[in-house]
Amino acid sequence: MSGILVLAAHAGGTFKRTATELLGKGKELADSLGVPLFAAVLGDAPAADLGQFGASKVFVVGGDFSSYDTLHVTAALKAAVDASGATVLLAPSDFTGADAMPRLTARFRTGQATECTDLRVEGGRVVGRRPTNGGKVSADVHVSKDPAIFTVRPSSFGQPAAGGGAAEVVAVALDFAGSGLTLVESRKPETTAVDLTEAERIVSGGRSLKSKESFDSVIRPLSDALNATTGASRAAVDAHFAGHDEQVGETGKTVNPVLYIACGISGQVQHLGGMRTSKVIVAINKDPEAPIFKHATYGIVDDLFDVVPALTAEVKAALS
Amino acid sequence: MKIGVCIKSTPDTSSRIQINPGGDDLSEAGVKWATSPYDMFAIEEAVQTKEATGGEVILFSASHQDTSKEVRKALALGPDSAVCIQDDGLAKADSLSFATSLAKAIEAEGCTLVFTGKRASDGNNIQVPAMVAELLGWPHVSFVTDFELDGESFKAVRAVGGGVEEVITGNLPVVITAERGLNSPRYAKLPMIVKAKKKPLATKSLADLGLTADDVAPIVTLSNYEPPAERGDCIILEGDAATTAKELVRRLREEAKVL
Repeated sequence: MSGILVLAAHAGGTFKRTATELLGKGKELADSLGVPLFAAVLGDAPAADLGQFGASKVFVVGGDFSSYDTLHVTAALKAAVDASGATVLLAPSDFTGADAMPRLTARFRTGQATECTDLRVEGGRVVGRRPTNGGKVSADVHVSKDPAIFTVRPSSFGQPAAGGGAAEVVAVALDFAGSGLTLVESRKPETTAVDLTEAERIVSGGRSLKSKESFDSVIRPLSDALNATTGASRAAVDAHFAGHDEQVGETGKTVNPVLYIACGISGQVQHLGGMRTSKVIVAINKDPEAPIFKHATYGIVDDLFDVVPALTAEVKAALS
Repeated sequence: MKIGVCIKSTPDTSSRIQINPGGDDLSEAGVKWATSPYDMFAIEEAVQTKEATGGEVILFSASHQDTSKEVRKALALGPDSAVCIQDDGLAKADSLSFATSLAKAIEAEGCTLVFTGKRASDGNNIQVPAMVAELLGWPHVSFVTDFELDGESFKAVRAVGGGVEEVITGNLPVVITAERGLNSPRYAKLPMIVKAKKKPLATKSLADLGLTADDVAPIVTLSNYEPPAERGDCIILEGDAATTAKELVRRLREEAKVL
């Protein structure tokens, strides 16, 4: 047996954009290899609907996955891969991709390519392409054993058009004894934004913001107006203008949005490594020599304290 | 209690990365090596845990190269000893090769708690920590921002993304991967550096760990390294703030079509 299996991630029964994005790319790869496309769903979600994006069968592992447990998810994915006989597994490079996928890879004693930004077929196998060394270089990644596992940076591919009928739903049995770990509390922030690694729009601020107060009053309103996620440079995080989980860069998060607006960020190599693959980059900085301008699509050489509030007002007017 | 810390020597994040002719690997010539940044949080957490509860801290490193210089520096931060796995068989190692070697060494030393950085700054694969845990048959908790040990029980806070933090409890053994914010790593003072020179540092081959080249044969290979694609020239928008803001929104909508 062979086939490409896509982990269709969902939140409370609503499929995430990564699910359809990966099915779209998966279909292209499966057609090229002449193998079927499958999806894996953990827990309760409208699995048959994934037929609209080319999945012929959807392997559903039943049970309660509403609170995340690494070993439960690993066991479920192992069961789905085994039941499908898939030789390739595609999953988003979100928390599950980072936390459970390498465990699954080790359980299969196979190989994994992490955070791919492109996938193609070469010599009858799927090959990944990914940035490495903090985004300073990119390379092809070949996995010589099956199942070959690839995690993909969200927004690497477009969204496919829906069409086609319902998929066959296959229930997968899972015998899981428990992990011994207990999730005792989940602390949610006051405002819940999409995580940086999955965000389509990001507004980031640097040390030039001077204080947490101005970061909150200048950067976050633009972020809110754009329905974007807020990011920050390492310097801004070290100065406590923003939280640790908001840091973009080589020692923070690697992001891949459609729009990245860098405000008062000079563009050191470590920051660039974390956001270089963004589709459109806007740089706002009063230093015309700042390296960020070499990597930006649009640049405004001006004081961010003047430009950003004006931009917030323009965005609000344009999107209202 | 023995606390292990897996560390990796990686090119200093400010160093230039050079691609070898042919494009199938990266040059190691002239690279300044340092312990990967996230591993510094792992070392600190292990040392703080030892200071609070007793026990000893053992560093583990795996490479085809001699990492003793970086490991010796790390010993100055408080760990008691180190095991450097060094073997030509790791020259083309993938994540599973490294994890296999590290897990064997950790098992041989009898550790029951292992810290490591959430990812290494060179490969950025985010695989070795979870693989080590899987191979040892232990659970792991990723991206930890707070850790407490009480006897054999631990409490860890992990950052799962979107600002959401989850509090996890369990019992040893466990692998913990360090996220930024877990602690503030200390700096080595001269007496610690002097003391570190006398700390035991064992170099072990794969054979010493009971492994053969086949046990660590890579499944993942990389090729065709290239520098990132250059972008076109940046379009600089001219005028006062109101003008540039208006023009930017227009271009994002009409030209780039991202609004």
